[in-house]
Amino acid sequence: MIKLTINGKPRTFDVPGDMPLLWVLRDEAHMTGTKFGCGMALCGACTVHVDGEATRSCVLPVSAVAGKKITTIEGIGATPAGKATQAAWLKVEVVQCGYCQSGQIMSACALIAKNRQPTDADIDDAMAGNICRCGTYSRIREAIKDAAASPLLKGA
Amino acid sequence: MNTPYAPGTVSRRSFLKVAAAAGGSLMVGFWPVEGEAAAATAADLNAFIAIGADDSIVLTMPKVEMGQGTYTSIPMLIAEELEVDLDKIQLRHAPPNAKVYGAPFGDQFTGGSLTIRLMYEPMRQTGAAARMVLVQAAANEWKVPADSCRAEHGEVVHAASGRRVKYGKLVAAASQIAVPEKIALKDPKDFKLVGKPAKRLDAKGKTDGSAMFGIDAQAKGLKVAVVAASPVIGGKLKSVNDAKARKLRGVRQVVKLDNAVAVVADNYWYAKQGLAALDIVWDEGKYARLTTDDVRNTMVAALKKPGHIARNDGDALKALAADGKRVEALYINPMLAHATMEPMNCTVHVKGDGTAEIWTGSQVPARARDDAAKVLGLAPEKVTLHNHYIGGGFGRRLYTDYVTQAAAVAKQVKGPVKLVWSREEDIQHCLFRGLYAHSVSASLDAQGKPVAFSHKIAGPSNLAAFAPGWLKDGLDIDNVEGSDIFSYDIPNMRSEYTQEDGPVPTAFWRGVGPTRNMTVLESFMDELALKAGQDPLAYRLSMLGKQPRAAEVLKVAAQKAGWGEKLPARSGRGIALMRAWGTYLAQVVDVTVSDDGEVAVKRVVCAVDCGQVVNPDTVVAQIQSGINYGLTAGLFGVITLKDGRVEQSNFHDYPILRMSQAPKIDVVLVQSSEAPGGIGEPGTAGVGAALTNAVFAATGVRVREMPLRAELLKKV
Repeated sequence: MIKLTINGKPRTFDVPGDMPLLWVLRDEAHMTGTKFGCGMALCGACTVHVDGEATRSCVLPVSAVAGKKITTIEGIGATPAGKATQAAWLKVEVVQCGYCQSGQIMSACALIAKNRQPTDADIDDAMAGNICRCGTYSRIREAIKDAAASPLLKGA
Repeated sequence: MNTPYAPGTVSRRSFLKVAAAAGGSLMVGFWPVEGEAAAATAADLNAFIAIGADDSIVLTMPKVEMGQGTYTSIPMLIAEELEVDLDKIQLRHAPPNAKVYGAPFGDQFTGGSLTIRLMYEPMRQTGAAARMVLVQAAANEWKVPADSCRAEHGEVVHAASGRRVKYGKLVAAASQIAVPEKIALKDPKDFKLVGKPAKRLDAKGKTDGSAMFGIDAQAKGLKVAVVAASPVIGGKLKSVNDAKARKLRGVRQVVKLDNAVAVVADNYWYAKQGLAALDIVWDEGKYARLTTDDVRNTMVAALKKPGHIARNDGDALKALAADGKRVEALYINPMLAHATMEPMNCTVHVKGDGTAEIWTGSQVPARARDDAAKVLGLAPEKVTLHNHYIGGGFGRRLYTDYVTQAAAVAKQVKGPVKLVWSREEDIQHCLFRGLYAHSVSASLDAQGKPVAFSHKIAGPSNLAAFAPGWLKDGLDIDNVEGSDIFSYDIPNMRSEYTQEDGPVPTAFWRGVGPTRNMTVLESFMDELALKAGQDPLAYRLSMLGKQPRAAEVLKVAAQKAGWGEKLPARSGRGIALMRAWGTYLAQVVDVTVSDDGEVAVKRVVCAVDCGQVVNPDTVVAQIQSGINYGLTAGLFGVITLKDGRVEQSNFHDYPILRMSQAPKIDVVLVQSSEAPGGIGEPGTAGVGAALTNAVFAATGVRVREMPLRAELLKKV
């Protein structure tokens, strides 16, 4: 039995320790906001936060995150950075098909939680692992800058 | 995709009908054919608007949402005429029903950059018809003339007496009123929504994880299947030893298909472990040695075979044989995968009572349902299909292979099973954009102007397989699209296509014919300009006297981009024109090429005239999207074959443009009141040649076979 804390709630799963966190979330916890894209940490669709760090859950053995704080797209809106990022995504009208956007948002808000004035190079760096096949990159960049300047982040 | 039902060839008049539905709702539907409206039953009237006594407004979406913004633009058209606020509208995915949702084709598909072109008037008429019966119902109750009342924000208002009533209170009476013979559409100058940026109605769920894609489907007792199809094209399953796999945790069943084997387990991870533990022997079949060169040689050889003539102005062949400066080139468009972010997947539950239920994302829900029913041996009406938001289509989900494969697996499984393709399966068993060979030739007069121009295409016909009825006297109108209306004023102009399907399974791929043809033709135009010693922009404009919309987008893009400026060494600027789907656009691409041949795209300027715009923000978004999709192809995109197997497998060897590689994109919308043009594909179709032209300007190297290859672009 593996004990996890997902979006602040304790959960227990009867799964092998080498099972990637992605499939525990999607197929065991039935939390489908975190997406499967490649299974090799190449596309970022599966990005979640582990203790606040953006992490690719598709190659992350669940045993490695026991006892750590896991945050997913379903829970990120409860954080100031998550709330600001989601609001900026709506303001800038980032999404198209939307499939990659959970992962994009998770990578983006991990960035702005630490860096309130991200440069283009900071954004390129933080978002390098996230592919968007609809090519929404210029809007993602704009939304990250907008979110970083959000009053929601004041004092956070 | 091109169809014989391009706007202008179908009647603009739709036949509308209203009815009462259970719960007292007002239902409004439209049909393109008069008899169908008359014969429509109440059950058919779920298309497209249902207004409830509680003032709810539910639209059943005749087209799917795969990112292109249809779930906002169609509601805008209806809300505009119905006089309701856009945010009051709820959306419902359409069930499979080709008769109701497949107008005017009788084929329920989303593709071909056709949605707004086909829906612009019918959706407005539908909204207006609903408004008119609601206004009439209020007028009847108030015993005043209908034209003394007006509709606004979901209410009917009688200004003279100050009375107002919400639509919900009127639906019972309105459903008894016949739709007027003459539907009064708004004058576009009175539009409140259409033509102004509107917020996407699907955005929120796509930012908080709640939007449901096919892969997110849930069902009680759901199992997951992971599949391996024959790695060799056309191969079959010979045998499989599953002894090890069956002992693994969570593995429930191993299912054999004719050309594939699937492991069914309690979750994806267990199924994947199970699949890896199988010993599979394939019957590799006749393509066991097939290579990309074989396919390429087949297509190049087919250029010599006679084909179907799409266009033959004057006598190009004779003029080409005459004296003059002759320019010839062979271009190749390579094989490509769609690589949608959501891998192919489908959930099927074959039930004990002779019915089945399907959850998936499909651009062709009725075909998906019917094809699955055939596999299951059930009548289509026994099969329910729930469509979803689509995590990328690009033509891939116009096909039902993943649905029928899921049905074939589910037929052998008790309870619901979700088939999910790994990324490797998704890339290697894509139905690919085929390899196409293009032979282009022109002869120039003393001033360098083309007097003759010939374009010959050879490659697979997707249309012949998808919709043979849409061939025009045997001609695949998709494969010549863009070439058939090549804009330049050249007296002898020929366009010809020879069908050569080859062994590789192929599919429509974003931009279809125009993406391939414009990449070739607009690159070749630069070759001609060079031969003529003229500036590529001026050269084009000199032949566009009869095409003012084309000339205008070129001028606007060039001006915005700073055409003519001197650029540093190893930097280049390229221009290209694109005209297809009723849309005109011009792109200017700026590149820098490193000394070792790596190309960086710095900026793309795109001027677009797509006629009347519904949601300008969607137009901009689709252009941005189309450009990045096309740049991925131009910079990296190629699928290769060795020993009958696809050599690429995941995003490390089939790279997709990433954030740091994505250029700044400036989109300029040219105001136009012409009929709406398509916008999902033009951005992709326009960028290829602008890219190769920019690379030529930077390096002097003409790329005639995509993608760009650094070894050919090194500084010498």
